[in-house]
Amino acid sequence: MKKVGLFIPCYVDQFYPGAGIATYQLLKKLGLDVTYPTGQTCCGQPMANSGFEHLTQGCNQLFVDNFAEFDYIVSPSGSCVLHIKEHLHTTHSENQAAEIRTKVYELVEFLVDVVQLKNLKARFPHKVGLHQSCHGQRGLHLSQMSELVAPDFSKPLQLLSQVEGLELITLKRGDECCGFGGTFCVVEEAVSVKMGKDRVKDHLVNGAEYITGADMSCLMHMEGILKRENSQVKVLHIAEILNAE
Amino acid sequence: MLNKILMSGATKTHPELSETFNQDEARVDWHDETLWWIRQKRDKSANSIPEWETLREKASQIKNHVLSELAGYLVSFEEKAKANGVIVHWAADALEHNQIVHSILEKHEISQLVKSKSMLTEECHLNEYLEQKGIGVIDSDLGERIVQLAKEPPSHIVLPCIHKKKEEIGDLFHQHLGVPAGTSDPQILTEAARRHLRETFLTRKAALTGVNFAIAETGEFVVCTNEGNADMGAHLADVHIACMGIEKMIPKRKHLGVFLRLLARSATGQPVTTYSSHFKKPRKGQEMHIVLVDNGRTVQMGREDFRASLKCIRCGACMNTCPVYRRSGGHSYHYAISGPIGAILAPNLDREKYADLPFASTLCGSCSNVCPVKIDIHQQLYKWRQVIVKEGYAASSKKLSMKLMTFTLSSPGIYRTAGKAGRWVLKHIPFAVNNQFNPWYKQREMPAVPKESFGEWYKKENQKG
Amino acid sequence: MSRDQILAALRKNQPEPVPLPLAIPTDREEVTGLVTKFKTVAEGIGSTVYLPDSLQEIQTTITSLFSKEKRMLTTVPELVSAGIPEFLLNEDPHTYADVDVAIFKADLGVAENSALWLTEDQMGIRVLPFITQHIVILIKISGLVADMHAAYQKIGTADYGFGTFIAGPSKTADIEQSLVLGAHGPRSMTIFMYV
Repeated sequence: MKKVGLFIPCYVDQFYPGAGIATYQLLKKLGLDVTYPTGQTCCGQPMANSGFEHLTQGCNQLFVDNFAEFDYIVSPSGSCVLHIKEHLHTTHSENQAAEIRTKVYELVEFLVDVVQLKNLKARFPHKVGLHQSCHGQRGLHLSQMSELVAPDFSKPLQLLSQVEGLELITLKRGDECCGFGGTFCVVEEAVSVKMGKDRVKDHLVNGAEYITGADMSCLMHMEGILKRENSQVKVLHIAEILNAE
Repeated sequence: MLNKILMSGATKTHPELSETFNQDEARVDWHDETLWWIRQKRDKSANSIPEWETLREKASQIKNHVLSELAGYLVSFEEKAKANGVIVHWAADALEHNQIVHSILEKHEISQLVKSKSMLTEECHLNEYLEQKGIGVIDSDLGERIVQLAKEPPSHIVLPCIHKKKEEIGDLFHQHLGVPAGTSDPQILTEAARRHLRETFLTRKAALTGVNFAIAETGEFVVCTNEGNADMGAHLADVHIACMGIEKMIPKRKHLGVFLRLLARSATGQPVTTYSSHFKKPRKGQEMHIVLVDNGRTVQMGREDFRASLKCIRCGACMNTCPVYRRSGGHSYHYAISGPIGAILAPNLDREKYADLPFASTLCGSCSNVCPVKIDIHQQLYKWRQVIVKEGYAASSKKLSMKLMTFTLSSPGIYRTAGKAGRWVLKHIPFAVNNQFNPWYKQREMPAVPKESFGEWYKKENQKG
Repeated sequence: MSRDQILAALRKNQPEPVPLPLAIPTDREEVTGLVTKFKTVAEGIGSTVYLPDSLQEIQTTITSLFSKEKRMLTTVPELVSAGIPEFLLNEDPHTYADVDVAIFKADLGVAENSALWLTEDQMGIRVLPFITQHIVILIKISGLVADMHAAYQKIGTADYGFGTFIAGPSKTADIEQSLVLGAHGPRSMTIFMYV
């Protein structure tokens, strides 16, 4: 049986364990051999995106040490997985790093492309808005981007369409960035918040009860705005919806 | 407000300028909606061409080829242009470009110039230079004339006054063109500009235009406009000066088929600009000049990671699609060329002055996917960040926090302790975090504190089984 | 010398030579499809398009459309008549500042963007298609091609001092994206497509 290593982003571990728990439970339900290596910390993206890629050696080595043994590495985070795919390099274990870059998967792409999940048993009778996180969409091609003249497809929708009772709302701008962007959210606070407010408004105006997506960072940013606006709308990682009974 | 900032001489950064821009939320919405609408027009136009993505790939490959043979193409171009009767000049930098233009005008004893759109001349600050030398310059593109009257730089490379409302334009025209106060009808305002600029065209002995594409095979160059202003200026003037960045070269005339199909559709969603004028030889009795300008381009050519930025055909699609640009405005980039492409061109010229620009992005990748020549803009933004930090232009507070983060994240033990401590503080002394010193907290709530981390839950879960 | 400096810097910094891609194949479309496409695009851009049956029809349409205009001229010899004076060359382009209507004939038109190709010898004088208040262009239907690739194939290696594609009346949307026809060039464009 293939071994799956669960990679939980640092901020999901600390602040949104629910997304991690749902991911773990969902993968177990599907009969997979899932382990969470307890020595993991972070993928290094916050430093790298801030221009401090040269400081990520320690993080990278730790990642390789924790995950080299697995057949698949799965994570409920498009941006972390994209970062690993594009930037995982180590001085002492480059072969292993190279191998990891080929076997690391974001959760949705893992479920659609590897598990080829077609008979999900899940129930979530609510109006849901899907936020298409940029790194997952444009980086990992989880769905077609509106910029390209190319056939439409969506891996998240393929999974959500299997959830009983779920009603997907239509957004005005289907794939505009939410404005989180890592340290951008504080370095360019004014624009970041304005982008988040606009994204949230699109969901609210179109009747969402829940906003979901494959990246908790985007959802955390939108949740911060929703709570400040005293909205009743909640955010949920897609794993939590797919794991809902 | 903007004039005060620009006149003060202190270059504010993108975050500071954007914060000011965002103080008027309704205006930001108007600016954002307008540019998003243009992005949608671009989408509609692109989708009307089934082979659109093939066209982009061809354009990208043609430009890649040109960059690899640029010296040779420039030499061929010069030879052909000279044989056509065009006088060719080479300018190493902005100052030399300005001096060359000035010397041509001086030689002909011309003290009034009419100009059509040239972002290169904005880059070189030509207007200021000539004005200091006593030469009057009138920008004939309507958008450029408007910002010229407002004493501002253009905010967008294709839509110079996209940041201006029609009432503001009406005020300007009332002040400078004698239009009745309170006029805001675009038709009436355009008519006023038409009359005013017609008089300019008919009286100027020298006209300066930009260059959209230069053809190495034939020595001709192409100027694209909707207004016909480049042509009105050039065909009436005794002296026509065309200024181009050396990277505007394409190998053969037939390649215009690819680029002219992509340019206007990417820029505004039109199938083509109203005029695509091919200048090959001077008019009988006219003197035609071309100024080939480097101004940092040969240096960028040597940067393997950033060379592809020289493929740019100045369509502006990246600006229209950029969610940050739409909500911060072109002036927030404090450089002649704003938006995503500006952010990867500017640091080449001055790392310190433009250190903020590559960070004015969430790296969403939309820009790279609308770029007609497939410049990997968002990848270059990431790479410029590494360069800027390595060369020492990151704020020391940022350096410190990054070192701290690295330390925390390199060891599982320290990470878990730090995480637990952070959660404890947020839970028990929230005001330590939820205050004015926390930029996140200004307009957003912090996440709720869970009762345990995933790691802690997993440990308990595994102890059960 | 800056020229030498620039070329030397390029030769040093240019990447390894990369080949040109293969050309885009040019489609051959039915002539009838092209007429409809051209007309639809041209009208969408703001031109008025006629499909006359005869030369006389073109003449009468022009004279009636522009009966109120003062100065009209044509570079098309077949159109010269009582109501439509012949273009006469005056080397000073400024003398055409008061032209109200100028009529030309193009040999090449592009259906995908309604652009018509005029070279200097078809313009009479370069400034004329721009300085006139109203522009009229005749195009033979057999001169239509589907797209710009086909257009440049037709243009080939022709030598001209100046040539331009004209897709419609001059325009601007610089004021709050409101489209206004008649920026600095002609206020209107009238096209006659004939067999």
